[in-house]
Amino acid sequence: MPLSREPLPENFRSRQLQARDMLAGALEGDDLDRYLEERVMTTTMDRAVAWARGNSFFPLTFGLACCAIEQIHIVASRVDIARFGWEAFRASPRQSDLIILSGRVSIKMAPVIRRIYDQMLDPKWAISMGACCSSMGVFNNYALVPADKFLPIEVHVPGCPPRPEALAHGILRLRSKIQGNPPAGWRERYEAEGTEEILPGETNLESPSINVLKPGDTAGA
Amino acid sequence: MTSLTEDHRRREESITLSSEPAGQGETQELMTLNIGPHHPSTHGVLRLLTTIEGEVVRGITPIVGYVHTGIEKTAEDKAYWKVIPVIERMDYVSYYFNAMAFCGAVEALLGVEVPPRAQYLRVIHLELNRIASHLIWLGTSALDLGAISMFWYCFREREKVLDLFEMSSGQRMHTRYFQVGGVMEDIPRGFAQKLQRFLNEMPSRADQYADMLSQNQIVIERLRGTGTVDEGTLLALGVTGPLLRAAGNPWDLRKAQPYSSYDHFEFKVPVGRVGDNYDRYRVRHAEFYESTKIIQQALDGLPEGPFITTDRKVALPPRHELATSMEALIHHFKLVTEGFRVPPGEVYYPIEGPRGEYGCFVRSDGSAKPARVHMRDPSFVNLQALAPMVKDGYIADLIASLAMLDPILGGIDR
Amino acid sequence: MPDATELELTAQELRERQPDSILDTEFQRDRATLVANPESVKLVLGHLRGKGYGFLASLHGVDYYPEEPRLGVLYELLDMTRVDRISVKARVPTDAARIDSVCGLFPTAEFQEREVYDMFGVQFSGHPDLRRILMPEDYEGHPQRRDFPIGGEPVLFTFNEEQSYGKDV
Repeated sequence: MPLSREPLPENFRSRQLQARDMLAGALEGDDLDRYLEERVMTTTMDRAVAWARGNSFFPLTFGLACCAIEQIHIVASRVDIARFGWEAFRASPRQSDLIILSGRVSIKMAPVIRRIYDQMLDPKWAISMGACCSSMGVFNNYALVPADKFLPIEVHVPGCPPRPEALAHGILRLRSKIQGNPPAGWRERYEAEGTEEILPGETNLESPSINVLKPGDTAGA
Repeated sequence: MTSLTEDHRRREESITLSSEPAGQGETQELMTLNIGPHHPSTHGVLRLLTTIEGEVVRGITPIVGYVHTGIEKTAEDKAYWKVIPVIERMDYVSYYFNAMAFCGAVEALLGVEVPPRAQYLRVIHLELNRIASHLIWLGTSALDLGAISMFWYCFREREKVLDLFEMSSGQRMHTRYFQVGGVMEDIPRGFAQKLQRFLNEMPSRADQYADMLSQNQIVIERLRGTGTVDEGTLLALGVTGPLLRAAGNPWDLRKAQPYSSYDHFEFKVPVGRVGDNYDRYRVRHAEFYESTKIIQQALDGLPEGPFITTDRKVALPPRHELATSMEALIHHFKLVTEGFRVPPGEVYYPIEGPRGEYGCFVRSDGSAKPARVHMRDPSFVNLQALAPMVKDGYIADLIASLAMLDPILGGIDR
Repeated sequence: MPDATELELTAQELRERQPDSILDTEFQRDRATLVANPESVKLVLGHLRGKGYGFLASLHGVDYYPEEPRLGVLYELLDMTRVDRISVKARVPTDAARIDSVCGLFPTAEFQEREVYDMFGVQFSGHPDLRRILMPEDYEGHPQRRDFPIGGEPVLFTFNEEQSYGKDV
């Protein structure tokens, strides 16, 4: 009695031949690249890296206003984001990959935040927490600027301030975004792909959007 | 054989801490160090330009304004009762105090009597807020001193306070519970029991904090004798609150100018002796017990009666009246669409908050929107005392002094 | 709070020291206010400090638009022993917004005068470090004046992000 089995795919024979060529070292150039991309190894690697990234955020210790208090609460014992592996808050932007804008962003602070963001290493994500930095909320006035104007924000968490659970939910959404989907074109739109810090002496020193301290400059920003 | 600490102390004593900088002219080695505006120990986006000589701070210039929100301007654009949620976001750790100062000022302009039950409910919430604010201070400043476990303990208790706020008003922070003329709603069923459980527990928790910190060698070394400023300098700099009380001046507006029936309660004002960082810690820590005592008395003696004034020109009519009374419907419509008009005048209403004197200045021009709202925020004024505190001390003591100063940047920048 | 008679007596004392130092007195809802001549505000505050009002609780600005002179600087003084408050008001016009700094008498005024300068544009002569404090230093305008627009901008949503700003800006 013959075994019932799935019919062979049509190109099975050609793939078999391709594999034989590869092992023999006869595949070169684009053919080799395509062959490798189709194989299990690279796709699984991407997903594994995304899984690891989404489960081990290193958020920046960065508080702006009211929401910062609720942001502290997600570390404390009740919500305890250590359950998800995100509790390693880092004080230096160079060691962190997630910035949580917790509070209102004033026109004086915006260049500073952009500079901190530029100092973070890729891949990096930004969460806008609360109404003020998402849409300026009740304070739609001369002093504030919405975070979307100068940063590519991945997740907006609504609330004034959001509960700690809401922020934890926002970070969970960011995790599923990282693990499931590629970035939805935000970085390209805000020219934030591969951003780096502008150092004095290089270009754009006089740019008004970035506040660079000159040597010996003790005046305020 | 000299022990390790003795050796360390001998080397420490060899460093000159005199106020005269070593060397003159070009030999003097001063360095400018920028701290902030993003720095974990500045408790917000405060920027400090420090001039240091070695490890000794010779000068300090605080630069503020990084969370300036224009709240005072926004308040001029809103009706009086819509200002309350905006003004609560100034000093975001002590929102009840902001609301109390503003509501008190508007009540003074209107000449509205606040019913006793509302006054007692206000006292309960103000003192709970004082405890919550001090818990944030204790948790985060212990973190600055290197003690992370205090942080977990303090935020455990703070969650309980926030649960109580959520129970009475529906929000954890920025509750908008205080209303011109009283409070928004009566406390719900079960609130008193839950509050009583918290009150039974809180003194023992404060004892735990004291057990962990008060005799802790590291805490004593870091706090005792650092950041000392005498009473006269503090008064000249306009400093109020626990900082002033730590220097030995028992100035407390709850005793001196009682508002919201604070004169009905018995409590003590903790006072320090020398005015160093350790005294500041002890004074605030002692206020946990005193606040708990006040809440207990207010809860036990909570009078019956209305929770908001019966003046329909100011307060919304109760829901059930809307179905039966035409007049109530008109009042409701007028209040919700336009708000109430306040007779012209100016008033300055000071109250005692967890950081000092919160004074709200309101000027009315007779319309339904305030012509000027200004909050005298204690953090803003107290920050000027940072320079005399840290001058000619170690830069490590700067961190401790800043933690014990307890500035809230939202209040400073408004 | 001093009562109305005591306020008048204080004003009289000051007028004796300098005839045009006090322009007016206001007593309203238990709040006593001396309306001082802006040129002699230092004298008035110095005199009051000598009388025991040794604590400057608050210093803030007010814009009295459309009244003239438009800008007002208010000093809330406190006597800690008698628990007594008095406020001093000095009004200056916008085109000559200049007043003496009281930093020498009350060091606490330093930050608060900077805030009034920042928000209302009142120049304090004699202030050690008169710079903007809350707004960025290159900011133009004084936001708390009544003729300054409150500002703001339309909120960005997904449906209008393309027309508001984005790639083409």
